[in-house]
Amino acid sequence: MTQTIQHHLTDALLMAYSAGTLPEAFNLTIAAHITMCDTCRAHLGAFDSIGGALLAGQDSAPMAKGSLQACLAAAKAGRPALAAPQCRSVLPAPLLSYIGGDLQDVKWRPVGMGIRQAILPTDGRATARLLYIPAGSAVPDHGHRGMEMTLVLQGAFADDTARFAKGDIEIADEDLDHTPVADIGADCICLAATDAPLRFRGLIPRIAQPFLRI
Amino acid sequence: MQKSGIRHVSANRQSENSRWTACIARIRDDADEAAFADLFAHFAPRIKGYLIKSGASATLAEECAQDVMATLWQKAHQFDPSRASPATWIFTIARNRRIDALRKSRRPQPEEIDWTPEAPPDQADVLALEQASEDLTRAIAALPVKQKTLIEAAYFHDLSHSEIADQTGLPLGTIKSRIRLALDRLRHAMN
Repeated sequence: MTQTIQHHLTDALLMAYSAGTLPEAFNLTIAAHITMCDTCRAHLGAFDSIGGALLAGQDSAPMAKGSLQACLAAAKAGRPALAAPQCRSVLPAPLLSYIGGDLQDVKWRPVGMGIRQAILPTDGRATARLLYIPAGSAVPDHGHRGMEMTLVLQGAFADDTARFAKGDIEIADEDLDHTPVADIGADCICLAATDAPLRFRGLIPRIAQPFLRI
Repeated sequence: MQKSGIRHVSANRQSENSRWTACIARIRDDADEAAFADLFAHFAPRIKGYLIKSGASATLAEECAQDVMATLWQKAHQFDPSRASPATWIFTIARNRRIDALRKSRRPQPEEIDWTPEAPPDQADVLALEQASEDLTRAIAALPVKQKTLIEAAYFHDLSHSEIADQTGLPLGTIKSRIRLALDRLRHAMN
């Protein structure tokens, strides 16, 4: 799967994920993409190495007396970490705990024009949602006030810039206005994260927007 | 004179990396408490320093540093020296703990992919990654103060500077391709 991925995370986003400065919704989307994409997993490793080098050169703060013994006791008392079972879902593993199950457990809500969404619980600094776009349907033309990250989990969509298939991630910012259209072949499921409301061009989506939290 | 001095430091640090890698292996294979004590003495105070610099109180930093080291003991089997140096792996655990503790936010992780005891990583890959990590550490040490401060700000103080990654000019290409190669081998071994 990984060879077919065409659209990747930027170095700036990988560095911010590595440093730990992003909102949870972006972290979730990035973790899901990296689960599907070994190229970005390797690039993340390089940015983690920066953190490792900084930690290695870090000034020491002396630990309290007896902390080694306390730590060892806690480590041995803790349950030994079991190897996580390999994920068999069509969804990348990091998403499953946010859904509280698998794809069939997603609580979809209609947002009009056949499109459905499910907002996932993350910290308030950004919003993560699953989007279900029926084959051949379009998401209304919209722009962005902040950053929108869209990861394709099933099917594919295309907008003015490119076509995005399973595993591809589109990073949209304030400069991009687009009308994503799902491929005709299959319903498209995406994970989208935004840190500011979208800007819809059409009147109807604009009126509906506050109610849908898009 | 100068040159041989640099080589000497580099050789020392490299053997230090191998030493920590060996300690983690002894924890994984033999639950070796002496190896853990060595790692603890070296890394726990640095983790605590990192957390204090990130805004944690001394008490919270102490508690988190102990948690991080306890996690190292429990997850020693997940450490892959063909994809990360010991310091890098410990950094990722500490970074995740920092987000939990200071931001009170969950930290979604990519799915783990692990070697099995029957199919461990290639020793040549481990050495090559060690070398690449060493080169990167040296490149960071050689950065102009201003750029190093920017990087530390991003990694320690929760500031987002999207332009930093483009500006530092760090030689990340080699380390990216080393890790990619190790991942390809791991995927191949899993099939």
